Amino acid sequence: MSEMSDLKKTGAAVGEPVTDSPAPSAFLEVRDLKVHFPTDDGLVKSVDGLSFQLEKGQTLGIVGESGSGKSVTSLGIMGLHTAGQYGKRKAQISGEIWLDGQELLSADPDEVRRLRGREMAMIFQDPLSALHPYYTIGKQIVEAYRVHHDVDKKTARKRAIEMLDRVGIPQPDKRVDAYPHEFSGGMRQRAMIAMSLVNNPELLIADEPTTALDVTVQAQILDLIRDLQKEFGSAVIIITHDLGVVAELADNILVMYGGRCVERGSAEKVFYEPQHPYTWGLLGSMPRIDKEQTERLIPVKGSPPSLINIPSGCAFNPRCPYADLPKDNVTRTVRPELAESEAGHWSACHLTPGQRERIWTEEIAPKL
Amino acid sequence: MLAYLIRRLGAVIVMVLVVLLTTFVIFYMLPKWAGQDLAVLFAGKNSGAEQLEGIRQKLGLSDPLLVQFAEFVKGIPFGRDFGSGNNVTHCPSPCLGYSFRTEAPVWETIKDALPVTAAMAVGAAVLWLLGGVAVGVVSALKRGSIWDRSAMVVALSGVSMPIFFTGMIAMGIFVHSLGWLHIDDSLSSNDSIGTWVETLILPWIVLAFLQAAMYARLTRATMLEVLGEDYIRTARAKGVTEPVVIRRHALRSTMTPILTVFGLDLGILMGGAILTETTFNLPGLGREAVQAIDGKDLPMILGVTLCMSLAIAFANLIVDLMYAVIDPRVRLG
Repeated sequence: MSEMSDLKKTGAAVGEPVTDSPAPSAFLEVRDLKVHFPTDDGLVKSVDGLSFQLEKGQTLGIVGESGSGKSVTSLGIMGLHTAGQYGKRKAQISGEIWLDGQELLSADPDEVRRLRGREMAMIFQDPLSALHPYYTIGKQIVEAYRVHHDVDKKTARKRAIEMLDRVGIPQPDKRVDAYPHEFSGGMRQRAMIAMSLVNNPELLIADEPTTALDVTVQAQILDLIRDLQKEFGSAVIIITHDLGVVAELADNILVMYGGRCVERGSAEKVFYEPQHPYTWGLLGSMPRIDKEQTERLIPVKGSPPSLINIPSGCAFNPRCPYADLPKDNVTRTVRPELAESEAGHWSACHLTPGQRERIWTEEIAPKL
Repeated sequence: MLAYLIRRLGAVIVMVLVVLLTTFVIFYMLPKWAGQDLAVLFAGKNSGAEQLEGIRQKLGLSDPLLVQFAEFVKGIPFGRDFGSGNNVTHCPSPCLGYSFRTEAPVWETIKDALPVTAAMAVGAAVLWLLGGVAVGVVSALKRGSIWDRSAMVVALSGVSMPIFFTGMIAMGIFVHSLGWLHIDDSLSSNDSIGTWVETLILPWIVLAFLQAAMYARLTRATMLEVLGEDYIRTARAKGVTEPVVIRRHALRSTMTPILTVFGLDLGILMGGAILTETTFNLPGLGREAVQAIDGKDLPMILGVTLCMSLAIAFANLIVDLMYAVIDPRVRLG
C-alpha cells in the first residue's frame, strides 16, 4: 500500500492517457473497461475499452444516446453486473477499476458489496421503480444505513429524518413513514438521493437522475446534487443523454458512442470547441431557448449501431456526414484511437485538426 | 375499513343468494322437464298416490317455485315448520331441509362432513404453500441448473397426474402393501388427533403434491420477474447481502400473486375436494356432494352448494384484506 500512496503523490492530469502501470493516481480510475454480454445472437459489446479518471470533488458527465454503454459502465463500477445474476449468462468484464487505491474487478465480491452504498452510491433514473413499493421511505433509508453502520433502528431512523431534511423534504419526521407512491416524482428522487447519501459515499453515480422528472423539478434536483457535492466533497458521475444537464454540473465531459469514448475533455472545451462529428450532432440536436429559433433542430441521422456488429473502422462512420473526407476509405477500415488535440482534450476521429476546425467554425457553430 | 367490510359482507350474501337461487331453480326444474315427480324422488317409486300427495303437501312442492325458495331461505336463519295441522315437523335453524335419501337433517350431515373437509384442505394447503414456494424460490435462484430442470419436470408431472391416480398409488403402497397406515372411512370429532392425522396424511400429501407443483411454477416465474425489478437492483446498490435481498425484498413482492391463487384454491377445496374425498373415501363435503347428486337428493345438493359458495366468497374476502396488508398501495374502500 505504501507504494500506492507514493505513486498517488506524483499525481496526473485528468484525461491523461492510461498506461499499463498499476499506479492509481486518481480517486477513481477506469482502465480499458470492457463489458460484454453473451447472447444467443452474439456477443453484445456494451462497453468496449473505456478509460477515464475522476478526482474527489469533481464531476464527470458521461453523455451518449441510448445503448452507448453509459449505464452499463456505471453498473460495472458498482459491481452490479455480477451481483445476483441467477442462472443468467454472466457478463464478461475485463479491465481495471481503481477506487481509492483498490482494484474492484479482481476484488472479492463481498468486499465490493461492502463498498457499495458506503464508498460508492448510485441514484437511479426512475425513483418510482427504484424504490420498493412495499416499504416506507424511512425503512428503506434505515436499511441502507444499517447495512454499513452497527446502530439500532432508532438511531438510524433519526439519521434518515436528518437526511430527508437535508435533501429538502418538508416535514421529514412525518414523511419518513410515507410510502414511495405517496410522494411526488421530485420528492421521490430527493428521497432516493437522501438514501444514496446516507453513508457519506465518496463516489456518487447519478444515472439519468432527472430523465423521469418534470422539467421544473429537473433543475431543483440538479441544484441539489451540486449543493450536496460541495458539502460532502464527493466525486460525482452524471450519466445522461441530455447535454443541458452536464452543462450545468460537469467539470469534465466524456462522450460515448458504441461502447467507446469518442471525445473527452473539460466541459468548456467540449461545449465550445467540440472535435468529434458525433458531439457536433449532439449539440445540434439540443433545443435552445436562449437563441432565436431560425433553423430546425439538426438530428443525428440514422440509428445507434448494433453492439453485436459494431461497424468496422470508426463506429460512427455510417452516420457521419464527413466520413468521406479522410483519404483511402480509412474511416471504414481503421478504428480511430483517442488523440489529444490540445492539453486534456481528447477525441477519436480521422478528420485532420484543420478539417475539424473549418467544419466546426464554418458549418456547425453558426447554426447553433 | 368497517364500511368496506360491511359492503363486502353484503355482497357475499347477495352472491350466495344468487348461487342458491340458480341451483334451486335448476334442480327443481330439471326433474320436471325430465317428467319426474319430486315427491316420487322423495318417497320412492312404489309409493301410493295418497302418500305422494301427503309429501307434496308437507314439503310444499305444489307452491310456486319462488315461494318455495323464499321458505327455504327463511329457514336458514329462523328454522322452519314442515306440514300443517297435527302433522308438523319442526326443523330448527339453521334449517336446510331434510335429505331425500336418508331423511336426516341436511345441516347435521354437513356439520359432520365440514370438519373433515376443512382439516383436509387446511393441512394440504399448508404443505403445498410451504413446499411449492420453497421449491419455486430455489428453482428461480438456480435457473437453468439440473435442480431447476428436475424440479420443474416433477412439477409438470405433478400437475398432469390426476389425484385418483397418485392417490391410488399412494394408498396401494402405504396402506395395502407396506401397511404403514390405516385409513378409516369415518371420522368424527370423537376420534383422536392421531386417527385424524393417520387418515388424512395421505390425502394431504397427494393433494399438496398436485397443488405444490403449480405453486412452484408460479413462484419461480414471479420470482424471476421480481428479481429483474429496479428496486432489487437498488437494494444491491445499497450493499445489502444477497440472502437479505431475496428474503426481504424479492420474496415479499413474489407473495402477492401467490396469495391470490392460494385464497381461491383454499376456498374451492373447502367446498369439498370431490376427487380426493372419493379416492380416499373421506366422509367430507365432496363425498356428500357426489352421493347427493347421485341420489338426486335436492336438499343435500343445496346445502353443499351453500357451503361451497360461502367458502369461496370468504376466501376471496380474506385475500382482498391480505392484499391491503401486504401492499400499501392497495386502499380498501
